[in-house]
Amino acid sequence: MTAVIAVPSSLDDHTFESVLDQLASHPADAKVIIDARHSTFATPYGLTALLTLAQTRPEKAEFLPPENPDTVSYWARAGFFRYAEELFDVRGHVPRPRSAGESDVLLEVTPVTKSDDVHGVVERIQERAASILLNKLHLESRATMGFAMTLSEACQNIVEHAGRGGWVMVQAYNYRRRLGGRYVVVIAVCDAGVGFRSSLESGQRRSLSDRWDDAVALEAAVVNGVSRYGDPGRGQGLKGIRGYVHRWEGKFSVRSGTARIALIPSWEDDVPRRENLAYFPGAQLQIIIPEKVSAAA
Amino acid sequence: MTRIDVGSVLRHSANLPFSDLVTRPTGAAVRRCIQTELAALSEGDVAMLDFSRIGMMDYSCADEVVAKLLIALAGQDAHAGYIVFHGITDAHLEAIEVVLDHHGLALVVQFADGGARLVGSVTDDERAIWETVYTQGSAASGDISAASSHEPAERARILESLLHRRLLRHDGVAYTPLGPVQ
Repeated sequence: MTAVIAVPSSLDDHTFESVLDQLASHPADAKVIIDARHSTFATPYGLTALLTLAQTRPEKAEFLPPENPDTVSYWARAGFFRYAEELFDVRGHVPRPRSAGESDVLLEVTPVTKSDDVHGVVERIQERAASILLNKLHLESRATMGFAMTLSEACQNIVEHAGRGGWVMVQAYNYRRRLGGRYVVVIAVCDAGVGFRSSLESGQRRSLSDRWDDAVALEAAVVNGVSRYGDPGRGQGLKGIRGYVHRWEGKFSVRSGTARIALIPSWEDDVPRRENLAYFPGAQLQIIIPEKVSAAA
Repeated sequence: MTRIDVGSVLRHSANLPFSDLVTRPTGAAVRRCIQTELAALSEGDVAMLDFSRIGMMDYSCADEVVAKLLIALAGQDAHAGYIVFHGITDAHLEAIEVVLDHHGLALVVQFADGGARLVGSVTDDERAIWETVYTQGSAASGDISAASSHEPAERARILESLLHRRLLRHDGVAYTPLGPVQ
């Protein structure tokens, strides 16, 4: 029996949970059709998470692309179909990607498997990100360098811990859900690897408390800087991301397994910790840096 | 003073066609190359690590290149050389300061005009005495008394600490900065 999984019209880190909830009611090896025909919007998290989902299926899933021509064109420009065509059985015609031109896609969907991929991502992002961060987000010039560092550390999480390749995408857009349409830059880094809990267990770094689950593992790694490596210099990457996000009043969320934790800025209405979510392997990170507004605004 | 061009190490020795110091494997490769060059120093020699041709540096690379290099240098079995850092910009400093703070380390940054600055985890007293030595160019513990409010024993302890952390060096009985003083 084939399960049809409906992709929400607006696909982001919150609505992607409905995709996982639908999948959870079917056997892990069930044949599935991912139906995105009615999708009209997707964040970098949504697109990279869809590719990650494809990696988790033992049998290649079918994929029905968005019917809206603008949407499918955007997904193509974002580089989604370049990899979706390898991972899904994509039905119907999808447009060939054209040059992003002046698009606000700062980094199209890009695979991250090895250390050199991180170098490539950092090299490509800096010039475009500088322009967006300075001119649209009105951040100080030092924010640009921190942005590249943050992106680098987020991608390295895949290389160092996931055990398999993942995806990164960066985009700037008007954040209509919150912030009254202020500009934001969003980084999404998703993988279907071992996840935080297994990673810490492999390094004998699970906590000694009675409770040990995905949420505790996430808190240990993201909040307390625990790494599976015993090296005392480890754990600074996520700590650095937290510091950067806090300094620029951004939002940082990490989902792994059945839990999600988030650093919530004052402008966002979200919860810092969610548990008992539908299981999804690996780790999915999202970083949102908002446009800076003057105190008088 | 031996100059080690970190940009050249990155591109040639570590065989990477990039100008940014990112990722742990890259940092480890660069550090090993630098350590090979440092091993050729004579006792008491100073090497200048030149970051002028490095774009940005992330936390992981700063930990591998800067922190682990300083930790190894401070180790008992380490070769008795000194290093100063040159060409450091704000693009490098953010990551460097974080890892230095994490490990309780400090280093000397040398500017093109000969000026220098302590960066990292140092107390106000350590910084004050280091700056006094730097200003005077070379000084025995007793010579610093006029510029320091510390008791002699405390001053001597701080100087030895700076020496042990390789932020100053000995020149006979005097303490002297690592790099040139103008």
